Amino acid sequence: MEGAWRGGGLDKEEVERYARQLVLPSFGVANQRKLKESSVLVVGAGGLGSPVCLYLAAAGVGRIGVVDHDHVEKSNLHRQVLHAEDQVGTHKAVSASISMHRLNSTTTVETHVDGFRPKAALKLVEGYDVVVDASDNPATRYCVNDACVIANRPLVSGAAIGTDGQLSVYNHGEGGPCYRCVWPDPPASGSCQRCSDHGVLGVLPGIIGTLQALETIKVITGIGECTSGKLLMFDGLCTGFRTLKLRGRQASCAACGPEATITRDTIAAYDYEAKCGGPMHDRGEGACLKVLGKDRRVSCSRLSERMEEAVGRGGDRDFVLMDVRPRPEFDFAHLPGSVSLPMEDLEEAASGGEGAGLGAYVDNGKDVLVVCRRGNDSQVAVRRLEEAGVANAFDVEGGLQSWSQTVDPTFPLY
Amino acid sequence: MGEVRLRVLYFAAAREAAGVESEEVSLEEEGTDDRGTPYATTEALEELLLGRYPKLKDIFRTVVLAVNMDYVDKGARVKLAPGDEVALIPPIGGG
Repeated sequence: MEGAWRGGGLDKEEVERYARQLVLPSFGVANQRKLKESSVLVVGAGGLGSPVCLYLAAAGVGRIGVVDHDHVEKSNLHRQVLHAEDQVGTHKAVSASISMHRLNSTTTVETHVDGFRPKAALKLVEGYDVVVDASDNPATRYCVNDACVIANRPLVSGAAIGTDGQLSVYNHGEGGPCYRCVWPDPPASGSCQRCSDHGVLGVLPGIIGTLQALETIKVITGIGECTSGKLLMFDGLCTGFRTLKLRGRQASCAACGPEATITRDTIAAYDYEAKCGGPMHDRGEGACLKVLGKDRRVSCSRLSERMEEAVGRGGDRDFVLMDVRPRPEFDFAHLPGSVSLPMEDLEEAASGGEGAGLGAYVDNGKDVLVVCRRGNDSQVAVRRLEEAGVANAFDVEGGLQSWSQTVDPTFPLY
Repeated sequence: MGEVRLRVLYFAAAREAAGVESEEVSLEEEGTDDRGTPYATTEALEELLLGRYPKLKDIFRTVVLAVNMDYVDKGARVKLAPGDEVALIPPIGGG
Protein backbone atom coordinates (compact mmCIF):
# COMPACT_ATOMS: atom_id res chain seq x y z
CA MET A 1 0.00 0.00 0.00
CA GLU A 2 2.98 2.29 -0.32
CA GLY A 3 2.01 5.73 -1.56
CA ALA A 4 -1.67 5.04 -1.30
CA TRP A 5 -2.51 7.80 1.20
CA ARG A 6 -4.82 10.67 0.38
CA GLY A 7 -4.60 14.21 1.67
CA GLY A 8 -5.50 17.79 1.09
CA GLY A 9 -3.03 18.53 -1.66
CA LEU A 10 0.19 18.75 0.35
CA ASP A 11 3.02 16.22 0.03
CA LYS A 12 4.71 14.31 2.88
CA GLU A 13 7.42 16.93 3.32
CA GLU A 14 4.88 19.71 3.57
CA VAL A 15 2.59 17.89 5.97
CA GLU A 16 5.53 17.13 8.24
CA ARG A 17 6.90 20.66 8.09
CA TYR A 18 3.64 22.49 8.71
CA ALA A 19 2.01 19.86 10.94
CA ARG A 20 1.76 22.12 14.00
CA GLN A 21 -0.42 24.63 12.20
CA LEU A 22 -2.22 22.04 10.06
CA VAL A 23 -3.64 20.44 13.19
CA LEU A 24 -5.09 23.80 14.28
CA PRO A 25 -8.88 23.65 13.77
CA SER A 26 -8.92 27.36 12.88
CA PHE A 27 -6.23 26.87 10.23
CA GLY A 28 -6.02 23.47 8.54
CA VAL A 29 -4.78 22.15 5.21
CA ALA A 30 -6.91 24.39 2.99
CA ASN A 31 -5.34 27.50 4.49
CA GLN A 32 -1.85 26.05 4.23
CA ARG A 33 -2.50 25.56 0.53
CA LYS A 34 -3.62 29.18 0.27
CA LEU A 35 -0.31 30.29 1.78
CA LYS A 36 1.59 28.10 -0.65
CA GLU A 37 -0.25 29.58 -3.62
CA SER A 38 0.12 33.17 -2.41
CA SER A 39 2.71 35.83 -3.00
CA VAL A 40 3.73 38.70 -0.73
CA LEU A 41 5.79 41.80 -1.42
CA VAL A 42 7.75 43.04 1.60
CA VAL A 43 8.88 46.65 1.25
CA GLY A 44 11.92 47.05 3.47
CA ALA A 45 14.21 44.34 4.83
CA GLY A 46 14.98 46.16 8.05
CA GLY A 47 13.63 46.02 11.58
CA LEU A 48 10.03 45.40 10.60
CA GLY A 49 10.83 43.40 7.48
CA SER A 50 13.00 40.97 9.45
CA PRO A 51 10.26 39.13 11.34
CA VAL A 52 7.87 39.58 8.42
CA CYS A 53 10.25 37.77 6.05
CA LEU A 54 11.28 35.12 8.55
CA TYR A 55 7.77 34.22 9.70
CA LEU A 56 6.21 34.31 6.25
CA ALA A 57 8.93 32.10 4.81
CA ALA A 58 8.67 29.77 7.79
CA ALA A 59 4.88 29.65 7.51
CA GLY A 60 5.07 28.47 3.91
CA VAL A 61 4.15 31.48 1.78
CA GLY A 62 4.91 30.37 -1.77
CA ARG A 63 6.60 33.44 -3.17
CA ILE A 64 8.08 36.43 -1.33
CA GLY A 65 9.47 39.56 -2.96
CA VAL A 66 11.84 41.71 -0.90
CA VAL A 67 12.49 45.35 -1.76
CA ASP A 68 15.43 47.23 -0.28
CA HIS A 69 18.12 49.40 -1.80
CA ASP A 70 20.34 49.47 1.26
CA HIS A 71 23.27 47.46 2.55
CA VAL A 72 23.52 45.83 5.97
CA GLU A 73 25.33 47.99 8.53
CA LYS A 74 26.64 47.08 11.94
CA SER A 75 24.12 49.41 13.59
CA ASN A 76 21.29 47.42 11.98
CA LEU A 77 22.09 44.17 13.74
CA HIS A 78 20.44 44.97 17.10
CA ARG A 79 17.02 44.87 15.48
CA GLN A 80 17.27 43.56 11.93
CA VAL A 81 17.52 39.92 12.86
CA LEU A 82 17.34 38.78 9.23
CA HIS A 83 20.96 39.80 8.91
CA ALA A 84 23.94 38.36 10.73
CA GLU A 85 27.44 39.68 11.44
CA ASP A 86 28.92 38.03 8.36
CA GLN A 87 26.27 39.74 6.20
CA VAL A 88 27.39 43.30 7.04
CA GLY A 89 28.06 45.06 3.74
CA THR A 90 25.78 42.72 1.79
CA HIS A 91 22.75 44.06 -0.01
CA LYS A 92 19.84 43.81 2.44
CA ALA A 93 17.47 42.21 -0.07
CA VAL A 94 20.14 39.62 -0.95
CA SER A 95 20.96 39.00 2.70
CA ALA A 96 17.23 38.59 3.39
CA SER A 97 16.91 36.07 0.62
CA ILE A 98 19.86 34.06 1.98
CA SER A 99 18.32 33.99 5.46
CA MET A 100 14.89 32.99 4.17
CA HIS A 101 16.33 30.27 1.97
CA ARG A 102 18.20 28.88 4.96
CA LEU A 103 14.91 28.77 6.85
CA ASN A 104 12.69 27.39 4.08
CA SER A 105 14.23 26.39 0.79
CA THR A 106 10.80 25.72 -0.74
CA THR A 107 9.77 29.36 -0.66
CA THR A 108 10.65 31.30 -3.81
CA VAL A 109 12.33 34.58 -2.94
CA GLU A 110 12.66 37.45 -5.39
CA THR A 111 14.97 40.35 -4.62
CA HIS A 112 14.42 43.93 -5.75
CA VAL A 113 17.62 45.79 -4.97
CA ASP A 114 16.71 49.17 -6.46
CA GLY A 115 14.33 50.05 -3.66
CA PHE A 116 10.75 51.19 -3.92
CA ARG A 117 10.47 54.05 -6.41
CA PRO A 118 7.40 55.74 -7.88
CA LYS A 119 8.35 54.79 -11.45
CA ALA A 120 8.40 51.08 -10.75
CA ALA A 121 5.91 51.06 -7.88
CA LEU A 122 2.84 49.87 -9.71
CA LYS A 123 4.58 47.11 -11.60
CA LEU A 124 6.18 45.81 -8.41
CA VAL A 125 2.95 45.80 -6.42
CA GLU A 126 0.97 44.18 -9.23
CA GLY A 127 3.32 41.23 -9.17
CA TYR A 128 2.09 40.13 -5.72
CA ASP A 129 -1.17 39.38 -3.90
CA VAL A 130 -0.47 41.21 -0.65
CA VAL A 131 1.90 44.08 0.17
CA VAL A 132 3.63 44.59 3.50
CA ASP A 133 4.89 48.07 4.27
CA ALA A 134 7.99 47.61 6.39
CA SER A 135 9.66 50.80 5.20
CA ASP A 136 11.27 53.47 7.32
CA ASN A 137 10.14 56.81 5.92
CA PRO A 138 6.88 58.65 5.20
CA ALA A 139 7.48 59.24 1.48
CA THR A 140 7.79 55.51 0.82
CA ARG A 141 4.72 54.85 2.97
CA TYR A 142 2.58 57.19 0.85
CA CYS A 143 3.97 55.75 -2.38
CA VAL A 144 3.37 52.14 -1.32
CA ASN A 145 -0.15 53.06 -0.26
CA ASP A 146 -1.01 54.79 -3.50
CA ALA A 147 0.32 51.90 -5.59
CA CYS A 148 -1.72 49.45 -3.50
CA VAL A 149 -4.87 51.51 -3.99
CA ILE A 150 -4.37 51.70 -7.76
CA ALA A 151 -3.48 48.01 -8.05
CA ASN A 152 -6.20 47.04 -5.55
CA ARG A 153 -3.87 45.19 -3.20
CA PRO A 154 -4.31 44.92 0.58
CA LEU A 155 -1.58 46.74 2.50
CA VAL A 156 -0.32 45.42 5.83
CA SER A 157 1.32 48.45 7.36
CA GLY A 158 3.55 48.63 10.41
CA ALA A 159 5.77 51.29 11.93
CA ALA A 160 8.02 51.57 14.95
CA ILE A 161 10.25 54.16 16.53
CA GLY A 162 11.68 54.66 19.99
CA THR A 163 9.48 52.49 22.15
CA ASP A 164 6.27 52.94 20.15
CA GLY A 165 4.63 51.01 17.34
CA GLN A 166 1.59 51.18 15.06
CA LEU A 167 -0.17 48.61 12.91
CA SER A 168 -3.08 48.61 10.49
CA VAL A 169 -4.30 46.79 7.38
CA TYR A 170 -5.22 49.38 4.78
CA ASN A 171 -7.21 49.19 1.57
CA HIS A 172 -8.81 45.93 2.58
CA GLY A 173 -12.33 44.65 3.08
CA GLU A 174 -15.61 46.46 2.74
CA GLY A 175 -14.82 50.17 2.57
CA GLY A 176 -11.60 49.82 4.54
CA PRO A 177 -9.65 53.11 4.51
CA CYS A 178 -6.27 53.55 2.89
CA TYR A 179 -3.23 55.08 4.60
CA ARG A 180 -3.97 58.45 3.04
CA CYS A 181 -7.58 58.41 4.30
CA VAL A 182 -6.26 58.20 7.84
CA TRP A 183 -3.24 60.48 7.40
CA PRO A 184 -4.30 62.91 4.64
CA ASP A 185 -1.58 65.46 5.38
CA PRO A 186 1.97 64.16 5.03
CA PRO A 187 4.52 65.50 7.51
CA ALA A 188 6.66 68.47 6.57
CA SER A 189 10.01 67.45 5.16
CA GLY A 190 12.45 66.62 7.90
CA SER A 191 9.92 66.72 10.72
CA CYS A 192 9.47 62.97 10.76
CA GLN A 193 11.57 60.91 13.11
CA ARG A 194 13.88 58.29 11.66
CA CYS A 195 15.35 55.34 13.48
CA SER A 196 18.81 56.36 12.29
CA ASP A 197 18.55 59.70 14.08
CA HIS A 198 15.96 59.13 16.72
CA GLY A 199 16.75 55.63 17.89
CA VAL A 200 14.62 52.55 18.36
CA LEU A 201 14.65 49.82 20.96
CA GLY A 202 15.58 46.75 18.93
CA VAL A 203 12.69 44.54 19.92
CA LEU A 204 10.04 47.14 19.04
CA PRO A 205 10.04 46.63 15.26
CA GLY A 206 10.33 42.92 16.09
CA ILE A 207 6.97 43.03 17.86
CA ILE A 208 5.24 45.11 15.20
CA GLY A 209 6.78 43.12 12.32
CA THR A 210 5.64 39.88 13.93
CA LEU A 211 2.11 41.28 14.09
CA GLN A 212 2.40 42.24 10.42
CA ALA A 213 3.26 38.64 9.59
CA LEU A 214 0.16 37.51 11.50
CA GLU A 215 -2.08 40.01 9.71
CA THR A 216 -0.64 38.96 6.35
CA ILE A 217 -1.49 35.32 7.04
CA LYS A 218 -5.01 36.39 8.00
CA VAL A 219 -5.41 38.49 4.85
CA ILE A 220 -4.26 35.57 2.67
CA THR A 221 -6.35 32.88 4.35
CA GLY A 222 -9.33 34.89 5.55
CA ILE A 223 -9.17 33.43 9.06
CA GLY A 224 -10.08 35.64 12.03
CA GLU A 225 -10.53 39.35 11.78
CA CYS A 226 -7.95 41.71 10.33
CA THR A 227 -6.87 45.00 11.85
CA SER A 228 -8.67 46.76 9.01
CA GLY A 229 -10.53 49.97 9.84
CA LYS A 230 -8.56 50.03 13.07
CA LEU A 231 -5.20 51.34 14.16
CA LEU A 232 -3.39 49.28 16.75
CA MET A 233 -0.92 51.19 18.89
CA PHE A 234 1.72 49.58 21.04
CA ASP A 235 3.48 51.31 23.90
CA GLY A 236 6.60 49.38 24.77
CA LEU A 237 7.27 51.23 28.02
CA CYS A 238 4.05 50.14 29.70
CA THR A 239 3.61 47.09 27.44
CA GLY A 240 0.14 48.14 26.43
CA PHE A 241 -1.95 47.91 23.28
CA ARG A 242 -4.72 50.32 22.36
CA THR A 243 -6.99 50.15 19.35
CA LEU A 244 -8.34 53.21 17.63
CA LYS A 245 -11.48 52.84 15.56
CA LEU A 246 -10.93 54.48 12.15
CA ARG A 247 -13.38 55.94 9.66
CA GLY A 248 -14.03 54.14 6.38
CA ARG A 249 -12.78 55.33 3.00
CA GLN A 250 -12.83 59.09 2.67
CA ALA A 251 -14.54 60.64 -0.34
CA SER A 252 -11.94 63.41 -0.28
CA CYS A 253 -8.97 61.01 -0.40
CA ALA A 254 -6.43 61.85 -3.11
CA ALA A 255 -5.63 58.17 -3.60
CA CYS A 256 -8.86 56.20 -3.18
CA GLY A 257 -11.59 58.85 -3.40
CA PRO A 258 -13.87 59.23 -6.44
CA GLU A 259 -11.86 62.23 -7.57
CA ALA A 260 -8.45 60.81 -6.82
CA THR A 261 -5.57 62.78 -8.28
CA ILE A 262 -3.00 60.04 -7.82
CA THR A 263 -3.79 57.51 -10.49
CA ARG A 264 -2.29 54.87 -12.75
CA ASP A 265 -1.23 57.67 -15.07
CA THR A 266 0.21 60.08 -12.49
CA ILE A 267 1.88 57.95 -9.84
CA ALA A 268 5.16 57.43 -11.71
CA ALA A 269 5.81 61.16 -11.90
CA TYR A 270 4.42 62.07 -8.47
CA ASP A 271 7.10 63.80 -6.39
CA TYR A 272 6.80 61.88 -3.13
CA GLU A 273 10.01 63.25 -1.68
CA ALA A 274 8.82 66.85 -2.07
CA LYS A 275 5.21 66.27 -1.08
CA CYS A 276 5.36 63.51 1.49
CA GLY A 277 7.95 64.32 4.10
CA GLY A 278 11.40 64.02 2.54
CA PRO A 279 13.75 61.43 1.07
CA MET A 280 12.56 57.92 0.24
CA HIS A 281 16.01 56.59 0.87
CA ASP A 282 18.11 57.41 3.85
CA ARG A 283 21.26 58.40 2.02
CA GLY A 284 22.16 59.49 5.49
CA GLU A 285 25.92 59.31 5.42
CA GLY A 286 27.58 62.64 5.85
CA ALA A 287 26.36 66.19 5.77
CA CYS A 288 23.89 67.14 3.11
CA LEU A 289 22.93 70.52 4.49
CA LYS A 290 24.74 73.64 3.31
CA VAL A 291 23.81 76.49 5.59
CA LEU A 292 27.19 78.11 6.03
CA GLY A 293 29.87 79.59 3.81
CA LYS A 294 33.44 78.24 3.75
CA ASP A 295 34.66 80.93 6.16
CA ARG A 296 32.47 79.53 8.94
CA ARG A 297 33.69 75.97 8.63
CA VAL A 298 36.76 74.05 9.72
CA SER A 299 37.79 70.52 8.79
CA CYS A 300 38.22 67.68 11.26
CA SER A 301 41.97 67.62 10.63
CA ARG A 302 42.17 71.34 11.47
CA LEU A 303 40.27 70.66 14.70
CA SER A 304 42.72 67.87 15.45
CA GLU A 305 45.66 70.25 14.91
CA ARG A 306 44.18 72.84 17.22
CA MET A 307 43.59 70.21 19.89
CA GLU A 308 47.20 69.06 19.60
CA GLU A 309 48.55 72.63 19.71
CA ALA A 310 46.65 73.09 22.97
CA VAL A 311 48.18 69.93 24.38
CA GLY A 312 51.58 71.44 23.45
CA ARG A 313 50.66 74.49 25.51
CA GLY A 314 49.94 72.34 28.53
CA GLY A 315 46.28 71.85 27.74
CA ASP A 316 45.38 75.51 27.36
CA ARG A 317 42.79 75.56 24.60
CA ASP A 318 42.17 78.79 22.72
CA PHE A 319 38.76 77.55 21.64
CA VAL A 320 35.64 75.97 23.02
CA LEU A 321 34.57 72.65 21.53
CA MET A 322 30.77 72.45 21.68
CA ASP A 323 28.96 69.16 21.04
CA VAL A 324 25.31 69.73 20.08
CA ARG A 325 24.19 66.10 19.84
CA PRO A 326 21.47 64.73 22.14
CA ARG A 327 22.77 63.80 25.57
CA PRO A 328 22.62 59.99 25.16
CA GLU A 329 24.98 60.22 22.18
CA PHE A 330 27.39 62.46 24.07
CA ASP A 331 27.28 59.94 26.90
CA PHE A 332 28.47 57.00 24.82
CA ALA A 333 31.25 58.80 22.95
CA HIS A 334 32.60 62.34 22.72
CA LEU A 335 35.84 64.19 22.09
CA PRO A 336 38.01 65.06 25.10
CA GLY A 337 37.29 68.48 26.54
CA SER A 338 34.10 68.98 24.56
CA VAL A 339 31.11 70.49 26.31
CA SER A 340 27.67 69.09 25.79
CA LEU A 341 24.94 71.51 24.72
CA PRO A 342 22.19 69.63 22.87
CA MET A 343 20.39 71.54 20.11
CA GLU A 344 17.26 71.97 22.20
CA ASP A 345 19.15 73.41 25.14
CA LEU A 346 21.18 75.61 22.82
CA GLU A 347 17.97 76.98 21.39
CA GLU A 348 16.76 77.76 24.88
CA ALA A 349 20.05 79.29 25.99
CA ALA A 350 20.35 81.37 22.81
CA SER A 351 16.85 82.77 23.11
CA GLY A 352 17.69 84.30 26.47
CA GLY A 353 18.44 87.64 24.77
CA GLU A 354 21.95 88.64 23.63
CA GLY A 355 22.98 85.08 24.29
CA ALA A 356 22.69 85.61 28.03
CA GLY A 357 22.14 81.92 28.65
CA LEU A 358 25.19 80.99 26.60
CA GLY A 359 27.67 82.51 29.05
CA ALA A 360 28.38 79.21 30.70
CA TYR A 361 29.43 77.70 27.35
CA VAL A 362 31.11 80.57 25.54
CA ASP A 363 34.46 81.57 26.96
CA ASN A 364 35.10 85.34 26.48
CA GLY A 365 36.02 85.72 22.87
CA LYS A 366 37.46 82.27 22.25
CA ASP A 367 36.45 80.58 19.00
CA VAL A 368 33.54 78.21 19.41
CA LEU A 369 33.90 75.05 17.31
CA VAL A 370 30.61 73.22 17.00
CA VAL A 371 30.43 69.51 16.35
CA CYS A 372 27.53 67.10 15.87
CA ARG A 373 27.09 63.61 14.46
CA ARG A 374 27.10 64.28 10.72
CA GLY A 375 27.66 68.00 10.32
CA ASN A 376 24.10 69.16 9.72
CA ASP A 377 22.91 70.29 13.13
CA SER A 378 26.25 71.91 13.82
CA GLN A 379 25.73 74.29 10.91
CA VAL A 380 22.30 75.23 12.18
CA ALA A 381 23.82 75.70 15.63
CA VAL A 382 26.54 78.04 14.30
CA ARG A 383 23.90 80.12 12.61
CA ARG A 384 21.91 80.24 15.85
CA LEU A 385 25.01 81.24 17.84
CA GLU A 386 25.72 84.05 15.38
CA GLU A 387 22.17 85.33 15.78
CA ALA A 388 22.65 85.28 19.53
CA GLY A 389 25.75 87.44 19.20
CA VAL A 390 28.54 84.86 19.19
CA ALA A 391 30.56 86.13 16.25
CA ASN A 392 33.33 83.54 16.12
CA ALA A 393 31.47 80.25 15.93
CA PHE A 394 32.59 77.63 13.41
CA ASP A 395 31.15 74.38 12.13
CA VAL A 396 33.30 71.25 12.24
CA GLU A 397 32.67 69.89 8.76
CA GLY A 398 31.16 66.44 8.51
CA GLY A 399 30.86 66.02 12.26
CA LEU A 400 32.08 63.10 14.31
CA GLN A 401 31.38 60.76 11.42
CA SER A 402 34.07 62.56 9.45
CA TRP A 403 36.29 62.67 12.57
CA SER A 404 36.15 58.89 12.70
CA GLN A 405 36.83 58.56 8.97
CA THR A 406 39.65 61.09 8.70
CA VAL A 407 41.27 61.54 12.11
CA ASP A 408 40.53 58.80 14.62
CA PRO A 409 39.24 55.47 13.30
CA THR A 410 38.74 54.23 16.87
CA PHE A 411 35.89 56.72 17.35
CA PRO A 412 32.60 54.80 16.94
CA LEU A 413 30.70 55.26 13.68
CA TYR A 414 27.01 54.96 14.27
CA MET B 1 -19.63 79.22 33.31
CA GLY B 2 -18.26 75.93 34.57
CA GLU B 3 -15.36 73.91 33.32
CA VAL B 4 -14.96 70.66 31.42
CA ARG B 5 -12.33 68.31 32.78
CA LEU B 6 -10.77 65.91 30.28
CA ARG B 7 -7.98 63.42 30.11
CA VAL B 8 -5.41 63.91 27.33
CA LEU B 9 -3.22 61.02 26.17
CA TYR B 10 -0.03 61.64 24.21
CA PHE B 11 1.45 59.03 21.91
CA ALA B 12 4.90 58.68 20.29
CA ALA B 13 6.26 62.08 19.14
CA ALA B 14 3.39 63.89 20.87
CA ARG B 15 4.48 62.39 24.16
CA GLU B 16 7.99 63.67 23.61
CA ALA B 17 6.82 67.12 22.61
CA ALA B 18 4.57 67.44 25.66
CA GLY B 19 6.95 65.66 27.99
CA VAL B 20 4.08 63.76 29.63
CA GLU B 21 2.21 60.56 28.84
CA SER B 22 -1.19 61.78 29.93
CA GLU B 23 -2.73 64.51 32.03
CA GLU B 24 -5.97 66.07 33.21
CA VAL B 25 -6.91 69.25 31.42
CA SER B 26 -9.63 71.78 32.21
CA LEU B 27 -11.40 73.70 29.48
CA GLU B 28 -13.89 76.48 29.85
CA GLU B 29 -17.43 75.34 29.28
CA GLU B 30 -18.69 76.47 25.87
CA GLY B 31 -22.30 75.49 26.36
CA THR B 32 -24.51 72.63 27.46
CA ASP B 33 -26.11 69.84 25.49
CA ASP B 34 -29.83 68.84 25.56
CA ARG B 35 -29.40 67.12 28.89
CA GLY B 36 -27.64 70.03 30.49
CA THR B 37 -24.16 68.47 30.37
CA PRO B 38 -21.48 71.09 29.79
CA TYR B 39 -19.18 70.70 26.82
CA ALA B 40 -16.03 72.18 25.34
CA THR B 41 -14.59 71.53 21.86
CA THR B 42 -11.54 69.98 20.25
CA GLU B 43 -10.75 73.42 18.84
CA ALA B 44 -10.42 74.92 22.32
CA LEU B 45 -8.36 71.94 23.42
CA GLU B 46 -5.95 72.37 20.51
CA GLU B 47 -5.53 76.04 21.37
CA LEU B 48 -4.86 75.26 25.01
CA LEU B 49 -2.34 72.53 24.23
CA LEU B 50 -0.48 74.63 21.67
CA GLY B 51 -0.20 77.40 24.23
CA ARG B 52 1.11 75.01 26.82
CA TYR B 53 3.43 73.01 24.55
CA PRO B 54 4.63 75.06 21.55
CA LYS B 55 6.54 72.00 20.30
CA LEU B 56 3.22 70.36 19.44
CA LYS B 57 2.82 72.78 16.52
CA ASP B 58 4.51 70.53 13.93
CA ILE B 59 2.75 67.52 15.35
CA PHE B 60 -0.71 69.04 14.98
CA ARG B 61 -0.15 69.11 11.21
CA THR B 62 -0.31 65.35 10.92
CA VAL B 63 -1.76 64.18 14.21
CA VAL B 64 -4.91 62.11 14.47
CA LEU B 65 -7.20 63.14 17.31
CA ALA B 66 -9.30 60.46 18.90
CA VAL B 67 -12.08 61.01 21.39
CA ASN B 68 -12.60 57.92 23.52
CA MET B 69 -10.55 56.01 20.92
CA ASP B 70 -12.81 57.10 18.10
CA TYR B 71 -11.20 58.85 15.11
CA VAL B 72 -11.99 62.54 14.72
CA ASP B 73 -12.15 63.78 11.14
CA LYS B 74 -9.44 66.23 10.19
CA GLY B 75 -10.48 69.77 11.07
CA ALA B 76 -13.78 68.70 12.64
CA ARG B 77 -14.93 70.64 15.69
CA VAL B 78 -16.07 67.92 18.05
CA LYS B 79 -17.82 68.46 21.37
CA LEU B 80 -16.03 67.17 24.44
CA ALA B 81 -17.91 66.16 27.57
CA PRO B 82 -16.48 65.96 31.08
CA GLY B 83 -14.46 62.77 31.52
CA ASP B 84 -13.77 62.32 27.81
CA GLU B 85 -10.41 60.92 26.88
CA VAL B 86 -8.69 62.67 23.99
CA ALA B 87 -5.68 61.01 22.38
CA LEU B 88 -3.05 62.70 20.21
CA ILE B 89 -1.73 60.12 17.77
CA PRO B 90 0.97 61.19 15.33
CA PRO B 91 1.92 58.87 12.49
CA ILE B 92 5.09 56.87 13.04
CA GLY B 93 7.31 56.79 9.97
CA GLY B 94 10.17 54.59 11.08
CA GLY B 95 10.82 50.91 10.90
